[in-house]
Amino acid sequence: MRSDRTGRSGRSPLMLKLAAGAGLLFLHLPILIIFVYAFTTEEKSYQWPPPDLTVKWFAIAWERPDVRDALWLSVRTAATATAVALVLGTLCAAAVSRTRFFGREAISLLVILPIALPGIITGIALRSAFSLAEIPFSFWTIVLGHATFCVVIVYNNAVARFRRTSGSLIEASMDLGANGFQTFAHVILPNIGTALLAGGMLAFALSFDEVIVTTFTAGQQATLPIWMLEELVRPRQRPVTNVVAMLVVAVTFLPILAAYYLTRDGDQVQGQGK
Amino acid sequence: MSAAAEAIRPPRDGTLGRLSDFLWRRPGLFLLLMLTPPLLWLGIIYVGSLFALLLQSFFSIDEFSGLIRHEFTLKTYAELLRPSNFDIIVRTVSMAAVVTLAAGVIALPIAYYAARYARGRWKAAFYLAVMLPLWSSYLVKVYAWKLILAKEGILNWLFAKLHLTWALEALLAIPVIGGNSLSVSYIGTFLVFVYVWLPFMILPMQAALERVPGNLIEASADLGAGTGQTFRHVVFPLALPGIIAGSIFTFSLTLGDYIIPQIVGSSRLFIGQAVYAHQGTAGNIPLAAAFTVVPIVIMGFYLWVAKRQGAFDAL
Repeated sequence: MRSDRTGRSGRSPLMLKLAAGAGLLFLHLPILIIFVYAFTTEEKSYQWPPPDLTVKWFAIAWERPDVRDALWLSVRTAATATAVALVLGTLCAAAVSRTRFFGREAISLLVILPIALPGIITGIALRSAFSLAEIPFSFWTIVLGHATFCVVIVYNNAVARFRRTSGSLIEASMDLGANGFQTFAHVILPNIGTALLAGGMLAFALSFDEVIVTTFTAGQQATLPIWMLEELVRPRQRPVTNVVAMLVVAVTFLPILAAYYLTRDGDQVQGQGK
Repeated sequence: MSAAAEAIRPPRDGTLGRLSDFLWRRPGLFLLLMLTPPLLWLGIIYVGSLFALLLQSFFSIDEFSGLIRHEFTLKTYAELLRPSNFDIIVRTVSMAAVVTLAAGVIALPIAYYAARYARGRWKAAFYLAVMLPLWSSYLVKVYAWKLILAKEGILNWLFAKLHLTWALEALLAIPVIGGNSLSVSYIGTFLVFVYVWLPFMILPMQAALERVPGNLIEASADLGAGTGQTFRHVVFPLALPGIIAGSIFTFSLTLGDYIIPQIVGSSRLFIGQAVYAHQGTAGNIPLAAAFTVVPIVIMGFYLWVAKRQGAFDAL
């Protein structure tokens, strides 16, 4: 199928090349600028070009207790929300991909809804529900919100892999005497493992970066994005903010790259020949 | 004969074994067990709070005491039509429309090149080049634009170096979209919106363009059509569902955002900011809830049109 396309369309028009290149530059230059600002010696304004370069802000940012606390809270939240999402998303994906039942479409819609509706709606809905039920804001209210929209990420990855995994493998394992739990541990898990890992990493990155829902469910607690948002609205520590911004970019890039390499060869799953 | 007896295995031993036999024979029960935790979570926590919110939009706030009156009324929805509130809706929807159009124009060459010309390594590079900005921190991206648009920032510096400051000033002098500087004008808000949502437009567009069969394009060229004609009459109609799918994201995300206009833009509110203000300091939850219904209704209508155009198959 693919070869008939490559046939004669080898060379691209120059205008198209330029427009695509300019578009990609537009996507990447702003992020690169962050990296330059992290080293600037200027601390009172956003002066360009930077008068001089220094690395002292990294040490200062690391010593700041508020930055550390926010970072730690973000890591804990993202890890817990990812764990919840992994369990719920996998269960949902297994149910939807293995069987056909009444309301199957509705379940797919329900899973996607938290990410399809604007975050502010999810946020304000959760907040008013918390106040109606008189639940005080805590670590768990943040996790509650995050896990809700992380489920869809795990679900999407898992459902795609389940579709490609042959059901006869499970039957064969059961016929050979394994019980359901052994089958899960030795047959299902190795097959969907990389998809779950990729989904989990993306869910972690999503939760680590989430700010809109968090503003409604965090109360007085500050995750790293909330800390960033406060600095954006009322800049107090420009150099520290620059360093934190650069670190956040660096930290979120790693799971994305890893997830990409894990799912790239996802087509080669055992039992696919069927 | 013994082989036949072997074929039917005896029931499994142990609690786990008996449990898995039991579940294997009752697929309905097994399905129920698998679906209960996610459905409880999403159904109660998410849909429950969503309904609680929608319910509130039918209450109203007592103008004298400032307390919520728990009786059914459409008064809060009528308030949306007051000029000050209706302006907010019009402003947000027009911004969403302009952002979607601009994102479409910028995304098209990237998606087209990636879909039709990039091969092998380049293809992977293109994919990552779109995925990395898509997934990198939303706030950091907004922050980067705050740096770029600042008075002492790189954009003003660039205009000064090129001796084009007069052009920038002329642009900012335009009423409505202009302002004192880029970071407090609608132009600034627009730029940040386009930047932040652009990858959401590129990916579905590229997926749709990849599905346009190459031989149709060759056939069109063989029949004498120029590049532009082929694009207008063959490629574009076939890729339209993907473009609409991408526009769902850019449109919906712009409708609901309240952070970008708060950080880069004039002081005039967008829907998201109005919701935030009403539920927070003002304590007017019913009006905030009614405001959230606006993007839901607009997106519902948008999705309905998109579905008729077949955009969901392109997601």
